[in-house]
Amino acid sequence: MNCSEANDLMQGHLDHELDLVRAIEIEKHMEACKACSEAYRQYKTLQSALKEQGQYYSAPEYLQSRIRSALALPRAHKATPWSRTLSLTWLNFGASLALAVVATLGLSLYLVAPPPSELLTEDIISSHVRSLMANHLADIASSDQHTVKPWFTGKLDFSPPVTDLTAQDFALVGGRLDYLDNRPVAALVYRHRQHLVNLFIWPATPAEVSAPDTLSKQGYNLIHWAHAGMVFWAISDLDLAELKEFVAALAKPSESQTGAGTRSEPVGQ
Amino acid sequence: MWHLGKSSRDETKARRFEELALPHLDAAYNLARWLTRNPQDAEDIVQEACLRAFKYLDSFHGEDGRAWLLTIVRNTCYTGIERKRREAIETSLDEDTDKLEESGSATAPDQAGGDPETLLLQEAGRRLINQALERLPLEFREIMVLREFEDLSYKEIAAVAGIPIGTVMSRLARGRQLLREYIKPMNEGS
Ligand SMILES: [Zn+2]
Repeated sequence: MNCSEANDLMQGHLDHELDLVRAIEIEKHMEACKACSEAYRQYKTLQSALKEQGQYYSAPEYLQSRIRSALALPRAHKATPWSRTLSLTWLNFGASLALAVVATLGLSLYLVAPPPSELLTEDIISSHVRSLMANHLADIASSDQHTVKPWFTGKLDFSPPVTDLTAQDFALVGGRLDYLDNRPVAALVYRHRQHLVNLFIWPATPAEVSAPDTLSKQGYNLIHWAHAGMVFWAISDLDLAELKEFVAALAKPSESQTGAGTRSEPVGQ
Repeated sequence: MWHLGKSSRDETKARRFEELALPHLDAAYNLARWLTRNPQDAEDIVQEACLRAFKYLDSFHGEDGRAWLLTIVRNTCYTGIERKRREAIETSLDEDTDKLEESGSATAPDQAGGDPETLLLQEAGRRLINQALERLPLEFREIMVLREFEDLSYKEIAAVAGIPIGTVMSRLARGRQLLREYIKPMNEGS
């Protein structure tokens, strides 16, 4: 056995992977070869150092929730059979466009599900996660509300209010179409430092008005309310206080606001 | 529309996925984190790998969910790294892209930033060894992580990495030799 062969076999010896015959061979070589026995000693030190001091990175806690949500699996310990019926047609990780289309089809399956807002909340979280993940934040990327708002015209049967909040440190990133609560909705994306906020907007059932309500789920904070004929859901990984600032800024926008939402057509399906 | 019969099948699938894959998220993340050297990429990779795993769950008939998930994570990492490399080629044609992987790792050893005093503290050994591992070329790094952190057998490593057992051993030999070389000058330098 030469030293190069010995160097390979040493690994197997170190990892207890050698049969007895080869273990004896390598032991013999190391007895005779000072260089190899010194190398082996160093490998051994290295191995125990790695075992004791090597950095083992555990998955962040929210990752499991995020995955469950993306797969429409129930959260741990809590069975929600209806969301399980959603076999994930949209697991396809192709182009983001294809993903968005399939997602829409997949989500339309919620039509068969009962309507509790638990499902809606999970849908909103899924949409939020998907928008970050698939790198599909915006169909129309623009920080200009006067560009984003008209983009929705003709794509939706309502006209969502689009507000620039750059002055309040929530810069408009853009808008996209999404699908929630069995209908197409407007999604506006805002950035606050490194964090993104998705604001989903769709017409409220007539006369629905509700004060902001907050929810924390799967590592995300959500605030939803109804106002001026529209339902609003804001979601982000921002902490709740900052997300509240966002909502407050929306409620008291600067003069540059494009006005409240107007509904062009009654929504009947 | 969905048939009723399908929902119970999907429920079984969901349960199987929960039992097979979800218990190994830490292992999946640790591998992805070491391969990408970036927490954000590692999260995305693990999530994408889980979606793939779920998609192909029906074609997996084995028992060892960890090795199975790690295989998918590894492949997803390679796809991601390859994609990044291609993007890098597109954006900077003049850059020596073959060296990309290397140059990323070259920043690992903390030379400029770390003051000598701190390096002398207990922390030093831990940092030294982790920086050295981080600097290791990808094909050796992955084998080291599977071996030393997950304690996988050579046979399991061979299956996860898709290489013969003999290659596992020679990569470990080369990887450990490189680690020794990285650590020596770093030790002497401080
Ligand atoms: Zn020798």
